Amino acid sequence: MKDLEMRQVYTKTILELAQKDQKIVALEADLASSMGTSKLKEQLGKRYINVGIMEAEEMGAAAGLAVTGFIPFIHTFAPFATRRSFDQVFLSLGYAQNHAVIVGTDPGVTAEMNGGTHMPFEDIALMRVIPRNQIYEVSDPYQFKAILEYAHTAQGLFYIRTIRKQAKSLYNGKEDFSKGYCKLKEGTQGTIFSSGIMVEEALQAADDLEKKGISVQVIDLFRIKPMNEDIVIKAAKLGPIVTAENHNVIGGLGSAVAEIVAENHPVKMKRVGVKEQFGQVGKMAYLKEVYGLKAVDISKAMLDLLK
Amino acid sequence: METTKFADQIRYYTMRELDNLGFGHFGGSLSIVETLAVLYGKVLNVSPERKDDPDRDYFVLSKGHAGPALYATLFLKGYFDEEFLYSLNQNGTKLPSHPDRIKTPGVDMTTGSLGQGISAATGIAKGNQLLGKSNYTYAIVGDGELNEGQCWEAFQFAAHHKLDHLIVLIDDNKKQLDGYTTDICDPFDFVEKMQAFGFNSWRVDGGDVMAIEEAVIQGKQVNGKPTAIVLDTIKGQGVLYFEELVDNHHVRPDEAGKIAIKEAIATLAEKIEVNQ
Repeated sequence: MKDLEMRQVYTKTILELAQKDQKIVALEADLASSMGTSKLKEQLGKRYINVGIMEAEEMGAAAGLAVTGFIPFIHTFAPFATRRSFDQVFLSLGYAQNHAVIVGTDPGVTAEMNGGTHMPFEDIALMRVIPRNQIYEVSDPYQFKAILEYAHTAQGLFYIRTIRKQAKSLYNGKEDFSKGYCKLKEGTQGTIFSSGIMVEEALQAADDLEKKGISVQVIDLFRIKPMNEDIVIKAAKLGPIVTAENHNVIGGLGSAVAEIVAENHPVKMKRVGVKEQFGQVGKMAYLKEVYGLKAVDISKAMLDLLK
Repeated sequence: METTKFADQIRYYTMRELDNLGFGHFGGSLSIVETLAVLYGKVLNVSPERKDDPDRDYFVLSKGHAGPALYATLFLKGYFDEEFLYSLNQNGTKLPSHPDRIKTPGVDMTTGSLGQGISAATGIAKGNQLLGKSNYTYAIVGDGELNEGQCWEAFQFAAHHKLDHLIVLIDDNKKQLDGYTTDICDPFDFVEKMQAFGFNSWRVDGGDVMAIEEAVIQGKQVNGKPTAIVLDTIKGQGVLYFEELVDNHHVRPDEAGKIAIKEAIATLAEKIEVNQ
């Protein structure tokens, strides 16, 4: 699966699941060509529904389909899946307790040329306040597949945040993703928690720190909600914590970790992420630089804490 | 006139329910009483014994604030007892202002944030269409509610997917919370609009149970298109005091209002021959 883009993983996984389960329906909102889900139409036939450019209806119709026993997998870009249709997601899906899986793509700076209008730094923050839902930010194709499969059989509202293009493979498909995190590097002096595209930066930061004689562990904390409290508390007992996210530092991964740390085992923390800024057009490398999302920002944060 | 009597019963228990609470959405609850009487008395293939029957019909009250009228109807259909009806909006209730599919027996979809119920109804109709079923989905949507853009998204979806087993009933009572619909954002002609959106649509007297029933029967005969029946109604319908009251959306009655409500309840009780 190493060479697969995340959108191919999505299409392939939905196809596999839908062939086994006639209850699966896939919904698009005029982004089939961006997501590469046109192939699903050929295979799923009527169970593939492209509603057009109407995300509120996409969420509402999905709720109705769920009422009649279908399991909707809903795709659109992350800002439209959350801030644009938040009340529909909250009420018709969340509050009405319908089982549905929302996949929001192009999170944060990965929206690149679509710029600030399409660049969600707040989608996780919005989704976190919906009671009893589950939120994932995936970092790897195997992980994405495993979470889609889990979301199919579990109940409730899922929000899965992912890039569309190729993700650097971190896993081999034999990992146990059920705990909501994976430890990618051992360390003794502190912890870097990250998710999505920031895992790569976190690993780079840990390597850079190692060259300076500092040992920190790196954990891919891909299940944002419900977050695995045990691993966070364990990390707090080990030493300082840096979080790294392609999202506003308010309401995302860093906030979630900080809440657990503050209530259970206070320890010094720094949150690397977007601070008080809107998005803008740019290439990924440039945007990571502008918003302080690079390995150097993470290692600097850790060095400050270890001073 | 069996359906007329059922409407009187729904109106009586809606009034009792709201009077018991002391305030609430009298206007918009009363305007859909005849429609609910036709749906639950003549049209809908539903019963409390067959809640999980996948072949039953579905009903979505998109104008969720009219919940009290739906609850009176569901009580009369046997979904719960009379005592439950008076738990409306009490602390910890399973009968909240706006319908909740998880809390209240007989409620098919949670509604209340206007515009969302109609989308869910299109999803339910689409689901049953995918399953190859012949059951129907009915939705009551308010005229004021049609301010919401989401409704028009849902109508486009319904027409495109040829949801001919979806019947939308527009409660055209000409008022919304802040006043007359024509003053706030003129809806112009709903029939013309719905036809332009690819629906079969016509206007009927929403106080005439025979006319409503005939319209629904007509709607069920059409193939390939969803139906939108525009109901000519009066906000506060059937209770003169509320019909004449200008601000009759959410009412907290004064002394005169309280007396008028008691009188209306007594008159309705006589009509349906219940001892109070």
